[in-house]
Amino acid sequence: MRLSLLLACAAVFAFGCEKKTVEQPKPNDVKQPVTDTKPPEPKPSDDVLLLGEVGSLTGSEAAFGISTRDGIALAIDEANEAGGVKGKKLAVRVYDDQSKPEEAASAATRLITQDKVLVILGEVASTNSLAMAPKAQEAKVPMISPSSTNPKVTEVGDYIFRVCFIDPFQGYVMAKYAREELKYKDVAILTDKKSAYSEGLTDVFKRVFAEMGGKVVGIESYAKGDTDFRAQLTNIKKLKPQGLYVPGYYQDVAVIAEQAKELGLKTTMMGGDGWDSAKLFELGGSAVEGSFVSNHYSADDPSPRVQEFIKKYQAKYKTTPDSLAALGYDAAKVAIEAMKRASELSGPAIRDQIATTKDFPGVAGTITLDEKRNPVKPAVVLKVEGGKFKYVSTVAQ
Amino acid sequence: MIYDLAQHLINAMAAGTIYALVALGYTMVYGVLKLINFAHGDVMMVGVYVGYTVAFLLGREAASSFLGFIAVFLVAMLVCAALGFLIERFAYRPLREKPRLTALITAIGISFALSYGFQLDATVAKVRDETAQTESWQLSSTPCGMGSGDCVTLLPGAAARRFPTIIESKEWLKFSNADETSEVRLLNWQVLSFLIAIGLLVVLQVLVYGTKFGKAMRAVSHDHRTAALLGIPVDTVIAGTFMLGSALAAGAGILYAIKDKQVQPLMGMYVGLKAFVAAVIGGIGNLQGAVAGALLLGLCEELVVWFGSSSWRDAVAFGFLIIVLLFRPEGLFGRAVAEKV
Repeated sequence: MRLSLLLACAAVFAFGCEKKTVEQPKPNDVKQPVTDTKPPEPKPSDDVLLLGEVGSLTGSEAAFGISTRDGIALAIDEANEAGGVKGKKLAVRVYDDQSKPEEAASAATRLITQDKVLVILGEVASTNSLAMAPKAQEAKVPMISPSSTNPKVTEVGDYIFRVCFIDPFQGYVMAKYAREELKYKDVAILTDKKSAYSEGLTDVFKRVFAEMGGKVVGIESYAKGDTDFRAQLTNIKKLKPQGLYVPGYYQDVAVIAEQAKELGLKTTMMGGDGWDSAKLFELGGSAVEGSFVSNHYSADDPSPRVQEFIKKYQAKYKTTPDSLAALGYDAAKVAIEAMKRASELSGPAIRDQIATTKDFPGVAGTITLDEKRNPVKPAVVLKVEGGKFKYVSTVAQ
Repeated sequence: MIYDLAQHLINAMAAGTIYALVALGYTMVYGVLKLINFAHGDVMMVGVYVGYTVAFLLGREAASSFLGFIAVFLVAMLVCAALGFLIERFAYRPLREKPRLTALITAIGISFALSYGFQLDATVAKVRDETAQTESWQLSSTPCGMGSGDCVTLLPGAAARRFPTIIESKEWLKFSNADETSEVRLLNWQVLSFLIAIGLLVVLQVLVYGTKFGKAMRAVSHDHRTAALLGIPVDTVIAGTFMLGSALAAGAGILYAIKDKQVQPLMGMYVGLKAFVAAVIGGIGNLQGAVAGALLLGLCEELVVWFGSSSWRDAVAFGFLIIVLLFRPEGLFGRAVAEKV
């Protein structure tokens, strides 16, 4: 009976319309699950200012989308507690894009034409943000990506912003760290050829590492969704690299690490912010120990701004925020501040205010947006130790 | 060189045997119904989640014992056999006399329903009403730890999970050359899953060629109208074929989960597509062909990565399909049938 129930549920949801939820924080405490009584959805009326969010709530990057959503929700709650913007409360309309670019584009269109949102927040994955950006640009609705690091995202137009550093910088940080601190000479790369993010990091790492006198001994690739990397790893093993740069996402990285261990590949793995999820340790176990990653923020950061954010986040979600949550929070804050400063609540007016963001105290670094709408900020290098990311160094531009 | 070759061959066999078990399901259903059951890969995914639940409920110790290991396989295969029966009974049987395209689209629908339905978080949790001092079970969409006392997961949610260890990974054999610069590793689960796959294939062979049911199945596959006239219960045979194929898929799924250690609701689509290609290469409808096609595909993928670039893997694998179909449209082992007018 349970199976037919499953089937029935599955059928209803799969053929039903797109999941539409209004941001409502879910406590992660299993003992007190939220009941099914949902509050009425906010309408774009005169008393509520509606922001839009597109995120991967299901699919392969779901952990990213959910953290980002929670970070944004926290910022919105805080703003509402402080009296909202121009005397009105804020609300977020969230659409799930299932980690797919085509869904992200149609969700952005829906936010613009149907929900008439003032600002769009999202996406995490650069590939998805690139699909959304032209829609926002065309409709003159400002879009802030919390964590898409591919340079092309903000090149789409003057309405597209981000609050994280860009790929060239991340590739640069890891190449510099591997060459100068770890003193590696031979490094191999395993890249996700289906992801703009992974390719972007690979390009810069390859160039910078070679410029600094290192040697990239081999480049292998895979496609997102693969779960068997043994062939590539067998090839890499033959090259005996000191380090293996894997600028992919946590789900693939965990499997790669495990299979590398099984094949007896003895090398230190290095990666980027795509590794940043508690899921990495659940999926990868001890195989990811000793690896290095570049990232936006570290929860070990003692600064009061960061610690206060962590305290509030923990009170609400019972878990330590990852950098996706921190960047989601920063993106929402930048949008809210710009809305406060704007003379009127129109796309162009808000855009002009976002563009002038200067020395904004974000939890993932102080944000000053440059003329290309990218922030100038440092990165941190973290090491995986005991199933956790430990802060080891900060690398500036 | 010889060590590399051996290591790549081991990798290829591990992938190929799993493709083979899944490909058999496609080919059997096609044999009796002339239907490409696109939901087959997703039935495999359901089997993996059933195995996951069983292993989780047993706990780490019990699941990695011999009996626990058998239980994970058996329960997953039985549940999937039941699922295969239900899908056939309620989705395909009512459409059997309709145009073939209708059933094909239904198959795609079921595939999506399973793979996206499994991405939802649905749980039943015990909720305590403090004012009335009562406890009740309520549906919710908050994820919970599987199997915990006060919360039961109905649907697993989108995030990938680590498959519980039901066999500890150990080196079974290791060869290396004198200065240890090259080596080959054969792990215990690789040997075991190869043996299980061979075992399942032998059982299937005996079933199809050595039993009355197998004879009936082959008769239905040949011509189901005549078979019905001769008193063969066609509905039962078709249902049995679905159950058999689904059980094999579940077995393959567990082997896959042991190999790659990660389970997620979309895995069925990917493995299903590869297995489907394998079945077509071997000649769809032909059992030996499906196995040969699957091993060839596994080998082909591995060799591409070894000699060429890993970026070319899928392109070459599917290119191989096109080449086979150009020269032998009926597949490597299929028999060409003249269309009667």
